[in-house]
Amino acid sequence: MSDKILACRCEDVTTHEIEEAVRAGHRDLESLKRYTGFGTGWCQGKQCVALCARLLVELGGDPPDAPITPRPPFHPVSIARLARLLPEGDE
Amino acid sequence: MSAHFEPIAAPPKLLPDRADVVIVGGGIMGLAIAWNLARLGQQRIVVVEKSYLCSGASGRNGGGVRAQWSSETNVRLMKRSIELCSDFATKMRINVWFRRGGYLFLARSDERAKQLEESARLQRDHGLPTRIVDRAEMKEIVPELDVSRFVAASWNPHDGVVFPWPFVWGYARACEKLGVALHTHTDVREIETTNGRVSGVVTSRGRIATDRVLVCAGAWSPEITRMVGVELPSHPHRHEICSSEPLKPFLRPLVGDLADGLYFSQSMRGEIVGGISNAKVPDGIDQRSSLRFLGLYSRALSRAMPVLGEVKILRQWAGCYDITPDGNPLVGDVDEVPGMYLMSGFMGHGFMMAPVMGELFARWLLQGEERELFERWNLRRYRLGKLLSETMILG
Ligand SMILES: Cc1cc2nc3c(=O)[nH]c(=O)nc-3n(C[C@H](O)[C@H](O)[C@H](O)COP(=O)(O)OP(=O)(O)OC[C@H]3O[C@@H](n4cnc5c(N)ncnc54)[C@H](O)[C@@H]3O)c2cc1C
Repeated sequence: MSDKILACRCEDVTTHEIEEAVRAGHRDLESLKRYTGFGTGWCQGKQCVALCARLLVELGGDPPDAPITPRPPFHPVSIARLARLLPEGDE
Repeated sequence: MSAHFEPIAAPPKLLPDRADVVIVGGGIMGLAIAWNLARLGQQRIVVVEKSYLCSGASGRNGGGVRAQWSSETNVRLMKRSIELCSDFATKMRINVWFRRGGYLFLARSDERAKQLEESARLQRDHGLPTRIVDRAEMKEIVPELDVSRFVAASWNPHDGVVFPWPFVWGYARACEKLGVALHTHTDVREIETTNGRVSGVVTSRGRIATDRVLVCAGAWSPEITRMVGVELPSHPHRHEICSSEPLKPFLRPLVGDLADGLYFSQSMRGEIVGGISNAKVPDGIDQRSSLRFLGLYSRALSRAMPVLGEVKILRQWAGCYDITPDGNPLVGDVDEVPGMYLMSGFMGHGFMMAPVMGELFARWLLQGEERELFERWNLRRYRLGKLLSETMILG
């Protein structure tokens, strides 16, 4: 399809899907995220949140007062490293 | 880019001033009940949700759906719920990524293995293929598992996992199609009574007159019933969970260790999604993430599956369990306040229970069926001292 524009590359969400979601009644950013899945992939929103928020507002949705809730860790960390976080015996 | 986008968002709908049933909480329970009530012909149903859909535990859980339980009631109910889950995508026309990879419950002691054997026997009596497997067979089911610390496991290949978000949206859309008024970002502040009976609900966006209120507020349910002076025995408890970077599909079942509450599965998006019990968390509504959880989980997971050590955790989040002292829910009418009904106390397994409980609750309320269940799990069991038990609980 020639007019396919990606809004979120990791989760393959198009601007058309964002538009459809808003049309279906998702007028706040957190709902839009959970309905379309933008921001939940490998980049965790780095590349798409600003664009999706702007589209939402342009489409008449509610302006977000913050970006989507940040989810730690802010940088992916290996399970082996995290496994050494706590002292032995701390269960 | 702005040039070709016309504003299309519909303005928020007006809150009705009267309803036959008001449901507090737009989680999976509230929506499943609303849909089932509407299907049975109930008119003028309003669901009020204080935040966005999926904001409560229903948008934060592991999506595990299993029929491996230790009590006859739970086995029977979950058998039906799994049936409903497997039909959901077709019926609701939404992909919920239901995958039947089975549940493998690990036992570290002979005593626990014996308990699992008893539960497996009960499940077989109900037509399920659950059986106890030895180390060699555990290895066959999950080759990467370090089985040295486990003596046996209970295995039902028919259990599964769903992706919770589309499940919630599926119910929400189906509700609206049947005329249910769904109001998000609408906070219930007060429940009004007249001569002791429910007469209305006051929300942040206005008052709704009604003589029936269903409390489906999950971990917030005690806050709602307290508005009319009813104390519930349940309490909120934070439970954390995380997901890893996506991997190629390799892990078939959801693996659970009943000793430390570790559980993990691979989602259809490829991530390893899992959690663990964290006894040091104080009670209360708290949806923050902690480093301690990541430490506990990663240590237990890398011991059980050493091969996952190099895999990275991408995101973590938390939600609240609605914990009851006997591990069973609080459902049905509230003696002290006629017109008030509960559907709460679902611990860490309310998502899987919602399809069947929504169906049964609607039949009970409108047609008087399933009396026995709604009697047994009624809040009054605490007053009467008739507590129940369930041993197969993760969390
Ligand atoms: C980390 C985690 C993992 C889990 N894993 C599983 C699993 O694998 N399988 C499983 O079956 N279950 C699991 N659970 C449990 C499951 O998520 C819950 O039992 C289930 O989602 C409860 O649904 P609910 O609709 O009762 O509550 P919720 O989804 O919490 O919905 C209650 C709603 O009420 C709203 N509300 C509260 N107060 C008000 C108010 N004053 N006015 C209006 N609305 C209000 C809240 O905003 C919320 O949306 C898990 C839970 C957590 C936290």
